[in-house]
Amino acid sequence: MRPLRLTAILGTALLLGWVVWRYSESQPPPSAACVRAGKERHVAPDFALKDADGKIVHLSDYRGKVVLLDFWATWCGPCKVEIPWFIDFQRAHREGFAVLGISMDDEGWEVVKPFVAKAKMNYRVLIGNDQTSQLYGGIDALPTTFLIDREGRIAAVHVGLVNRKDFENGIEQLLAPAESNPARVNLPALLIGAR
Amino acid sequence: MAQGSGHLTVGDPPKVTGHRGAAVQAKIPLSVDSGFHVNSNKPSEEYLIPLKLTWTSTGALEGGQVEYPKPTLEKYEFTEKPLSVLTGNFDLVASFKVAANASAGPGAAAGKLRYQACNNRACFAPKTVDVTVLYQIQ
Repeated sequence: MRPLRLTAILGTALLLGWVVWRYSESQPPPSAACVRAGKERHVAPDFALKDADGKIVHLSDYRGKVVLLDFWATWCGPCKVEIPWFIDFQRAHREGFAVLGISMDDEGWEVVKPFVAKAKMNYRVLIGNDQTSQLYGGIDALPTTFLIDREGRIAAVHVGLVNRKDFENGIEQLLAPAESNPARVNLPALLIGAR
Repeated sequence: MAQGSGHLTVGDPPKVTGHRGAAVQAKIPLSVDSGFHVNSNKPSEEYLIPLKLTWTSTGALEGGQVEYPKPTLEKYEFTEKPLSVLTGNFDLVASFKVAANASAGPGAAAGKLRYQACNNRACFAPKTVDVTVLYQIQ
């Protein structure tokens, strides 16, 4: 791996670590108004994890879609509150959007598969590991949920249970066409428009 | 030495002393960070991970049945019903019997404490920490 790329990955992980730590202790939950402007977003680290069918899934497979990336576990009460919302979001936004759930259960599919079936989760679930957690700054508190834009950049991080509306607002903002999305300012278009 | 990890700290248990054949108790002091809780030994929901102390070696001590403190029922943002939890400072009490053929002198019982902590809106990965009780057979 080239030193520059390694530095970029480490830098992103450190930044994410700081953000996750800041919100995981006593800070109030961030609101969806926290969808960052495009220039403030960092590339979401790619990963390769197996789904329930054993298929390797990369985050980069979803480039071009808005992704709700949820770190969760079967023993996590607040996660169980949010999962039905994510099922609804997956159902409501069939185009250009996907929910990905990364379970942090040590017991893996043995406990996750029955849970997924019982909860009728309609989105893709993967089994995470320490490496994935470290890529995202060291996931400590669950749920931790990332909203990732169509360009694969982290637009928002929610640590702990937040309001459903916060997610809805963030998803709608990221799915909106560029011209109606102030967070997706197209600099070349602005320059042309200024002429 | 006290061990802290993931919002719960295990204090140093007082040294246990006893004669051969005597019943002795070990108190293991635990402290949960303010604003956090751990599930009790008998959580109110099946999916929750209980607080559990398991002895891995007890040396000259036999038994080691653990008495857990009475939990409280607390309602959190993420639950419809109150949960059976432990908060603040409390002790686990382990009951041993000194083996009849124990040699006089010092020793240590070792165990693993597993727990899982949450606050009002997030949960933290289950942790397993070492617990050591020093004893002196007289």
